[in-house]
Amino acid sequence: MNSARKKDLVMLVFALVLYGVLQTMISTKVIGSFWELNIILICVNIILSVSLNLINGYTGQFSLGHAGFMAVGAYVGVVATVKFGLPLIVALIMGAIAAGCLGFLIGLPTLRLRGDYLAIATLGLGEIIRIVIMNIDYVGGAAGFKGIPHLTNFTWVFFVMLVTLFFIKNFVNSSHGRACIAIRENEIAAEAMGVNTTKYKVMAFTLGAAFAGVAGGLFAHQFYLISPTSFTFLSSFNYLIMVVMGGMGSITGSIAGAFVVTFISAALASFPEVRMIIYALALILMMFYRPQGLFGYMELTNVGPIKKFLDKVSGSKEVI
Amino acid sequence: MFFSKKKFKLASMIACGILASALFTGCGGGEQGGSTGGGDAKPAASDEIVIGANFELTGNHAQYGANANNGLKLAIKEVNEAGGVNGKKIKIVEADAKSEAAESVNAATKLISDDKVIALIGPAVTANVIAESQVATDNMIPIIAPAATNPDVTVENGKVKPFVFRSCFIDPQQSEVMAQFAAKDLNAKTAVLYLDSSSDYSKSLGKIFKERFEADGGKVVMEEAFLAKDQDFKAALTKIQTANADVIFVPAYYEEVGKIIKQARELGITAAILGTDGWDDTKVVEIAGKDALNNTFFCTHYFDGDEEVQGFIKAYKGEYNNEPNVFAALGYDAGKMLINAIERGGDDSQKIRDNIETIKDLPVGTGKITMDAATHNPIKGIVVIETKDGVRELRAKIAPEG
Amino acid sequence: MDFVHQLIQQLINGVSLGSIYALIALGYTMIYGIIKLINFAHGDVYMVGAYIGFAAVTIGGLPILPALLISMALTAILGMLVERIAYKPLRHAPRISLLITAIGVSFFLEYTSMYFVTPTPRTFPEVMPNISFNVGGFIINGQQLLILSITIILMAVLTYIVQKTKLGKAMRAASFDTETAQLMGVDSDKVISMTFCIGSALAAAAGVLVGVYYNTIDPLMGIMPGLKAFVAAVLGGIGILPGAVVGGIVLGVVEALVAGFLSSTFRDAAAFAILILVLLIKPSGLFGKNTNEKV
Repeated sequence: MNSARKKDLVMLVFALVLYGVLQTMISTKVIGSFWELNIILICVNIILSVSLNLINGYTGQFSLGHAGFMAVGAYVGVVATVKFGLPLIVALIMGAIAAGCLGFLIGLPTLRLRGDYLAIATLGLGEIIRIVIMNIDYVGGAAGFKGIPHLTNFTWVFFVMLVTLFFIKNFVNSSHGRACIAIRENEIAAEAMGVNTTKYKVMAFTLGAAFAGVAGGLFAHQFYLISPTSFTFLSSFNYLIMVVMGGMGSITGSIAGAFVVTFISAALASFPEVRMIIYALALILMMFYRPQGLFGYMELTNVGPIKKFLDKVSGSKEVI
Repeated sequence: MFFSKKKFKLASMIACGILASALFTGCGGGEQGGSTGGGDAKPAASDEIVIGANFELTGNHAQYGANANNGLKLAIKEVNEAGGVNGKKIKIVEADAKSEAAESVNAATKLISDDKVIALIGPAVTANVIAESQVATDNMIPIIAPAATNPDVTVENGKVKPFVFRSCFIDPQQSEVMAQFAAKDLNAKTAVLYLDSSSDYSKSLGKIFKERFEADGGKVVMEEAFLAKDQDFKAALTKIQTANADVIFVPAYYEEVGKIIKQARELGITAAILGTDGWDDTKVVEIAGKDALNNTFFCTHYFDGDEEVQGFIKAYKGEYNNEPNVFAALGYDAGKMLINAIERGGDDSQKIRDNIETIKDLPVGTGKITMDAATHNPIKGIVVIETKDGVRELRAKIAPEG
Repeated sequence: MDFVHQLIQQLINGVSLGSIYALIALGYTMIYGIIKLINFAHGDVYMVGAYIGFAAVTIGGLPILPALLISMALTAILGMLVERIAYKPLRHAPRISLLITAIGVSFFLEYTSMYFVTPTPRTFPEVMPNISFNVGGFIINGQQLLILSITIILMAVLTYIVQKTKLGKAMRAASFDTETAQLMGVDSDKVISMTFCIGSALAAAAGVLVGVYYNTIDPLMGIMPGLKAFVAAVLGGIGILPGAVVGGIVLGVVEALVAGFLSSTFRDAAAFAILILVLLIKPSGLFGKNTNEKV
């Protein structure tokens, strides 16, 4: 076994320990149902922010339509479970495939656009998806899809999140991921070096959309009812905030971003009048002091003592 | 690496700080849960009764949620000033449903598990109540929804939801009254529906109106739609004008309605415009103007010239210095219903639920309320109001059935 | 009413709706032009402008013109402050951080206003006579005619400022390359401040006029118009003043025609679809120049 695999294994053990601790605390009611719900939300938001980071942070394509893909995954997922009685795992996969296909179809033409033009185009596409859903009576239209069984629980979201994290981490560290990073750093130079930029941009976009679909499926089966109002462009902004706050191009960052944003929102729930004001100020101050986000391009696994520890247990001498 | 050691440290310090605070608060919330044994625990005996107000305080529906919340707060303030209920004061804990179904569930969960409320009031908008109702049912906490008029709020798959109540009438009643009013009183043969396609309320009212109006021999000749928060309606209104219908049915909320009426009259549409309880706000007159509002009719819960509602209107004006609208009135009623249920020996959630179910002839802000135990809808009259030169006139009063 | 008649009336509706988008888009595009920032707070500056105008009319008892000027002046100061406090410290940060700050400022303005003025909408008293003209069967609203003329006049004045004055030259220089401009003796900070002043004053003018025309204002009124104005600015080629006006009017006309002849439920979807189609054919908007990026 090489050292990278060993490191993965160590991380997996850590994750399982964390899961064990949290699950025990939830089942013994040390964590009340409000915080349990928010831990689940944090996990769903981690999937969303990491997948958006793949598009925005690693590939450098400014997308503002993530909530749209999430909506597709959510609606396909609930149609699968409610109308066809399929199990959750199938529903999640179907949601991922649907959102991924849509991401591919949309990405192919629009990813020719750059920067802010791409941003507004993806924002528009997200809104188009939402408006279309709002007009399909089969899924409840504006009223929302009612009577969704409560299938999501902490175990589901945690392990789906873990799979997502490992997948995206491995993708980013693969040659495909390197190609994506090259596009972010300089698209023309990357092309000159023989990187098929269109292919990799669309690939990142499709993958990001697919995982947003998975997150949508988990989200939908948590809240009994989903309605198009949950997937507006303001939600897309929220996921972007998580990515930027954590650090563009850092998986640890996206985790931290999702955690911080969800946590602030939950912790301020007792002060509804001033919640958004404090949140806005926190956002501005955060950008003042850490404009590159909490982690920047850095991964927690590369931080001094943690890296040393990981190197030690996995017996690696390599220096990144 | 990309970062100097110093920045490294800063980042890790911030991260650690956040983690630490998370653990602290997480456990802080948890300890409460731990000591009382989880979400469905009974409240500790004290001289305070804690109820939850889960309303849309931010986002697109904030104006409705905030008004209903004001009504509720007034009702609670009145009873506390009069010495409380059975010697105990009522305390409201507020949470923000953020105008979103998922956030409504989140807020309700917080109120139930962290704040240990024994009953919930709100939210204002149907979808948010339906989402919340499952949490409340699981934890056996009663809800009174002030303004959610959709039938599905209290009934699911033909069975009444045991813990969900409302203080308003339901959509089919409104649409039926208005469809009949159009066909019989106004002798209308053709109608146009102009609906808010982002609103469940508007769409379901439109659907039922069409059924009833066509059953009465009329015909719906055109259906158009707009989106909440739209400002300009002239394009669709120009199209509606070509249909030349006798009446235009606009079941929507007052802000859009005011603008629609104003712009319709500007374009020269003279047909009667009909609406429902979402119109019930004096702002409509200010937005549309007195002249534009002639030949418009809407149905609502009470007529503000009625004697029995003067007390509420006066109290509300005294407290907030503006005219109450329909959301405020229904929020106030919901508060009154809950107070009555607590008064009659409701010191835990189950008893409150039972007491709400048996409310009979309770005087509330907008008249008298009797709860229908089979549907959890109050049995209430409907009034049809015509606006003439900016002044409301009672056109018809339909007494409650049964 | 026959088809041609309806078509012309819908074009009139579209142009008048579009002129409002255009008026907001002007400020948007100016600010974008100089610091390449999608200023998501622009829609909320527009909202604050509307509220200041409202306060001047109702509490101050002023007629509309002084109220408009007061609102423009105060909002210009607000815009400058926002730039100084929130954006200036981030001038050398990644652009995306600046964008997140703009979203933060937007939330801050929305919810601080909501805290103080409550979410209940306010209605403007009638401060301008609302006359509709009936020209050969077509209805034209006097106030909308006024908004359209103000938009075009402002566009002309701004184009003049940007193209012919010293300040404009400095703006163009700073927009082209802030640092080089600085080396050439342009006080870039001051120029950027001035741009925010002008852009915010334009937003305030739009806010007051729209408030008077549609009669209601509320703390979240800036979100949708802000988004639409951004779409309009991108449609025309972001950073180009006449582009913003043309983009706004095109957007308004598309919306009116879709609502009038196809389906009003898909009106917004159609507006976005047109935007995407235009961008796919002309990736930098109708008036934008395609510049080749160099390595």
